[in-house]
Amino acid sequence: MSRQYETVIGLEVHVELATKTKIFCGCSTAFGGAPNTHTCPVCTGMPGSLPVLNKKVVEYAIAVGLATNCTITQYCKFDRKNYFYPDNPQNYQISQLYLPICRNGGVEIETENGKKIVGIHEIHMEEDAGKLIHDDWEDCSLVDFNRSGVPLIEIVSEPDMRSADEVIAYLEKLRMIIQYLGASDCKLQEGSMRADVNLSVREMGAEQFGTRTEMKNLNSFKAIARAIENERARQIDLLESGEKVIQETRRWDDNKEYSYPMRSKEDAQDYRYFPEPDLVPVVISDEWLEEIRSRQPELRTEKLARYKAEYGLPDYDAEIITSSKAMADLFEETVDICQKPKKVSNWLMVETMRLMKEHAMEPEDLDFSPAHLASLIDLADAGTINSTVAKEVFEKVFLEDIDPAAYVEEHDLKNDNDAEGLKAILEEIIDANPQSVADYRNGKKKAIGFLVGQAMKATKGKANPGMINRMLQEML
Amino acid sequence: MTELDCTAVELGKKIKAGRVTAPEALEAVLARMDRQEETLHCYVTDDRENARKKAETVQAQIEAGTLSGPLAGVPVAIKDNMNTAGLLTTCASRILNNFVPTFSSEAVKRLEAAGAVIIGKTNMDEFAMGSTTETSYYGVTRNPWHTDHVPGGSSGGSAAAVAAGECYYALGSDTGGSIRQPASFCGVVGMKPTYGTVSRYGLIAYGSSLDQIGPLAQDVTDCAAILEVISTHDPKDSTSVKRDDTDFTSALKADVKGMRIGIPRDYFGEGLDGEVKDSILSAVRQLEEAGAVVEEFDLSLVKYAIPAYYVIACAEASSNLARFEGVKYGYRAEGFDGLHDMYKMTRSEGFGPEVKRRIMLGSFVLSSGYYDAYYLKALRTKALIKQAFDKAFAKYDLIVGPASPTTAPRLGESLADPIQMYLGDIYTVSVNLAGLPGITVPCGVDSKGLPIGMQLIGDCFQEKKLIRTAYTYETLRGAFAGCPGKGKEGGQA
Repeated sequence: MSRQYETVIGLEVHVELATKTKIFCGCSTAFGGAPNTHTCPVCTGMPGSLPVLNKKVVEYAIAVGLATNCTITQYCKFDRKNYFYPDNPQNYQISQLYLPICRNGGVEIETENGKKIVGIHEIHMEEDAGKLIHDDWEDCSLVDFNRSGVPLIEIVSEPDMRSADEVIAYLEKLRMIIQYLGASDCKLQEGSMRADVNLSVREMGAEQFGTRTEMKNLNSFKAIARAIENERARQIDLLESGEKVIQETRRWDDNKEYSYPMRSKEDAQDYRYFPEPDLVPVVISDEWLEEIRSRQPELRTEKLARYKAEYGLPDYDAEIITSSKAMADLFEETVDICQKPKKVSNWLMVETMRLMKEHAMEPEDLDFSPAHLASLIDLADAGTINSTVAKEVFEKVFLEDIDPAAYVEEHDLKNDNDAEGLKAILEEIIDANPQSVADYRNGKKKAIGFLVGQAMKATKGKANPGMINRMLQEML
Repeated sequence: MTELDCTAVELGKKIKAGRVTAPEALEAVLARMDRQEETLHCYVTDDRENARKKAETVQAQIEAGTLSGPLAGVPVAIKDNMNTAGLLTTCASRILNNFVPTFSSEAVKRLEAAGAVIIGKTNMDEFAMGSTTETSYYGVTRNPWHTDHVPGGSSGGSAAAVAAGECYYALGSDTGGSIRQPASFCGVVGMKPTYGTVSRYGLIAYGSSLDQIGPLAQDVTDCAAILEVISTHDPKDSTSVKRDDTDFTSALKADVKGMRIGIPRDYFGEGLDGEVKDSILSAVRQLEEAGAVVEEFDLSLVKYAIPAYYVIACAEASSNLARFEGVKYGYRAEGFDGLHDMYKMTRSEGFGPEVKRRIMLGSFVLSSGYYDAYYLKALRTKALIKQAFDKAFAKYDLIVGPASPTTAPRLGESLADPIQMYLGDIYTVSVNLAGLPGITVPCGVDSKGLPIGMQLIGDCFQEKKLIRTAYTYETLRGAFAGCPGKGKEGGQA
């Protein structure tokens, strides 16, 4: 490849808001109900029904807007987006086009190439559609309207990203902010956060953007990264072979690592947007805005600073602990009980992370109680259990949320600190392993490890390995 | 004249006084329907068996003293675009030929709670699109005054039913004159309240920003009493307004001294039938003699109301009617090939030509590249029309005009020339664009024997001024001749 290309990426991110009820009716937003059980005349588009805006949706949208440095549109309106599809019961979606609730914001991201700001063009509120279930057996399609009317915000970025790394950093940043606000759980797999990638390439140094495509059906960060690399390569190949990139919407198939066109610009629909006459404009008073601003929870940047100042955590620890709201909450609650921030941080960063990875869990999935982690830390600290036992017990806490004190008692796991008894055992081991003893005495210091291991075996792991080591050295 | 030959409010009093019963009143209405419906066809759905049960129940409640409102036990007809739980609601369209709503519209619920006995659902122009009730899929309704003529529309079935005594009063809906114009054609009183006064919840939308439910009744007193019952702040309708002045019957006073009445010259110029003009102006003179201050003035922008109205109403309709496609309820075509074909065939077969025309017009004005030129311009025009009215209401308490350029046209005349039909809405549509209240009161009969209506227009929330003036006029006018067919054995029909 002779020419150098730059990738230009903008994202449209849909986030399902964590309201208890839908955006325009009182139906539950709970995931996984039997089909069409969370529905009413409004969210199934029955004739004569009318939408009524859920105030909480506006508050969440404002909270996200404030946290992403947007200007809040204090007189905003809803518009209808008209298109026919069976999952869309009214055959129009209530969304915002002309006066979206937030505009002109941005977030700072950090990648290997340093820090940069990704601009946010706008954030608007809208309703989700229902779900189509294709029944191949009966050769028909069924509609489930449970999701119809679940509130969404769509966060539209500026075309400010230049690589998959930046896209992932931006998404992680958004996810963190929104989770910290409690506005959504932002799970890509479950669809509570969805990203469409708008991508074009241009020759390095060019001023004009190239023709872009929009990629849909990206269900994980990995899929997003793969789709970006693939689409970048596809567009460059086209340009290199003298062809043009066609403006179109493409669908990513992550199993085949391949995308195919869904619809081109030519057959792009005319949505015939117009102001929603069934809803009155949303007027956001200064007082309301201030009230929401004052209720904003501590976001990551502030938390990071506080952890360093208040708890004396090293940068590294603070970064990891605050990387998710769930982890930070767990940390703070545990520290509140045991007052040992560094120890709590260690348990979260090492053992917790290891087990999460092993069980493919996200911080949001952690469900053991802070009190049990605190109790475990106290037991280990007091020397009641040794570190090996502590790790075993922690795994039980992690998986089953057992009470460590009771568990240690019940399974007889306390440290054996009886020096006289231990000395007798060590004498037996020295007698039974003359070769290792000789090796040690001849300068092979490592040989002592074998003897310590034998001693731990003989004490069924309850002895303190440090103590064994010290005593052996004295005896030899 | 019998005991049962009376207005809704009078009937309510008689029932309470034990002089007649709710079932007797209902049977009288049903007997008239049996004689006249074959000709008039005011109803799409006759729900007499349920009505009979309801009349019995209500009668028992009135006797037990648990129901005491002015409309308790009085039989009512509901326009077929208002949902009635468990009762077929078609909007006079084939596409809803099997649609039975699961919930009732708020206005209907209010009436039911007040002890109203619903007789059935009245005919209308399909989805309220039309001025003659001829676009109904279920056949035309005839004007009880002269059965070769239309009853007006779109609430033609409701207006004709009131005029012909096939109900004591009716509910209609008014998007561009659909209550006031048929009321005028049928010689009854029809009122469109200020936008937001009656909940639209359960009203199957045509033009959401213009639609408003209102009463069609035998006199102004009935109108005020009905409106008092159905007005409510409804949290289910975001455009519903909180008002603490809905005691409309308190305005039933025969006194217009000092009432400032504006006569827009544009409403009495070219295009207005001479007999209609003379009749209305003579009614105005009566009000003037009674102490009203009358003055002519120029209301600007009158000629822009029709295009602005049709652009806005059709744009909203094109979206509101998108939900009718055969997926969830209503008519579904047979023999289609795939989803899009099902949509196309269902909508092609399910909607009539006038509805299709307005959906296409509305889709066009909203489409990319035309939005600014048509829809946005229409919205700006709407705002300017509102300003013109604001200016007028700074000087006048109310404005008087016709409800239509002519009396009821003959059947078949209007649909042949839709543009001409649209132009006939000139005196009514601007009221909807500006969200104002309007009332039409019968003020004469032309040489063909067809009634003429006078329209009074008020500023937003000034229904009481309209009611007071209309009531005063009614008192000055004396008993209106009444529909020649009504009450006679067999009727004129």
